[in-house]
Amino acid sequence: MSTDISWAGLVGSLVLIAVAIALSMWQRLQLERSIAWASARALVQLLLVGLALRFVLDPDRSLAWAWGWVLLMIAFASLTVARRAREVPSVLPLAIAAFGAAAVVSLGVLFGFGVFPLEARALIPMAGLMVGNSMSATVLVARRVFEELRDKRDEVEARLALGAASADAARPYVRAALRTALIPQIETTKAVGLVFLPGAMTGLILAGVDPLDAVRIQAAVMYLVLGSVATTTAVVALGVSRRLFTADHRLVRISRPAE
Amino acid sequence: MTVVAGPSGAGKSTLLRLCNRLEVPTSGRICFRGDDVAGLDPRHLRRRVGMVFQRPTPFAGTVRDNLQVAEPELTDAAAADALERAELERSFLDRPAHELSGGEAQRLCLARTLVTGPEVLLMDEPTSALDPQATGALERLGRRFADTGVPVLWVTHDLAQMHRLADRVLVLVDGRIAHDGALATLDDASPAVRSFLGTS
Repeated sequence: MSTDISWAGLVGSLVLIAVAIALSMWQRLQLERSIAWASARALVQLLLVGLALRFVLDPDRSLAWAWGWVLLMIAFASLTVARRAREVPSVLPLAIAAFGAAAVVSLGVLFGFGVFPLEARALIPMAGLMVGNSMSATVLVARRVFEELRDKRDEVEARLALGAASADAARPYVRAALRTALIPQIETTKAVGLVFLPGAMTGLILAGVDPLDAVRIQAAVMYLVLGSVATTTAVVALGVSRRLFTADHRLVRISRPAE
Repeated sequence: MTVVAGPSGAGKSTLLRLCNRLEVPTSGRICFRGDDVAGLDPRHLRRRVGMVFQRPTPFAGTVRDNLQVAEPELTDAAAADALERAELERSFLDRPAHELSGGEAQRLCLARTLVTGPEVLLMDEPTSALDPQATGALERLGRRFADTGVPVLWVTHDLAQMHRLADRVLVLVDGRIAHDGALATLDDASPAVRSFLGTS
């Protein structure tokens, strides 16, 4: 079965956008422009990415291009984390370290153990899944550690006053933040297949791959994501916590955001 | 028992936090038994200079868990002993710390501090969140430590409490020691101090 979509087919799918716009007009949602803009923008972005990918994935191209792509993804994700957790000090270098560590660990396992052949067409999607799926957990854990240590200052200082090292004084709060960030990912991993068919698997089945082959790849992807989320959140949580204490085990002043 | 008194914002809590090294001075130095605390291991110093804070800060878990934060290897016998010195019964060991009343929680915090075997106790307005009965119990405990040779530095802005507790009084005004002497010497204090005391 061929799953190629012709350009005419793509235009056909635009009918669905027309439905959305019609709904907006009918219910006076005033979202017509937004819908049209979002659909056009998505198409242009995807086309640009497609062209870039066609260039990078060319079998004659050096693998260095693919690694460059991975670095760009890490840089972009780190900037996104830094923007969404703006109040957290030094969050940009921590995010870069976190995604870097996750890349070394998860890509190292996937390609080091030969789960996938090390070529651009495996490297780029895997790195994308790793970075994309761990971004929100990374933001969550950075903000959570920061807020816990800010809001529970009394408790943290009471622990310090008992002679606890800063890492020990912070541990219960770092632990709570890590659990909060990891549990949704664990729940997602549990529910996969029952509640939803994940994107990679859907794509493979659409492309005509045998479902059991698709499942094996999807399982590897889920483990990749879980491992990456665990790595990025651990690096960021411990990093933020360290950043909030001085070398002589004092909690730094953390100003509250202006209301 | 030395009571540190003064209007709010005078620097009473900061003084105590400096002694416990939760703050470091921007100028000058803090000495403990003749040694500049800047040269001491902060963790070791903090165990020698115990501190009880304004608001009770029970940690998650049972009373036993709380005491073991101060000393992970703490035996039940030693834990019960620390509780007893804070006038809490041994049966408290298995109770969740967050279910204690304000007065009980503050005495738990005191017991937790006692586990580290402090040579001095810093009490930072420890009764400001407590009812009169719990306040009385904590004052009695503070008095007993002072009488048994553990010097207590007790911060308060409550003049009646100062009169009940103090052997020696330090009055802070605007970050400076405006008066230092036995309780009886307050009658000869400077106008700034007398204005705080309301006796001018």
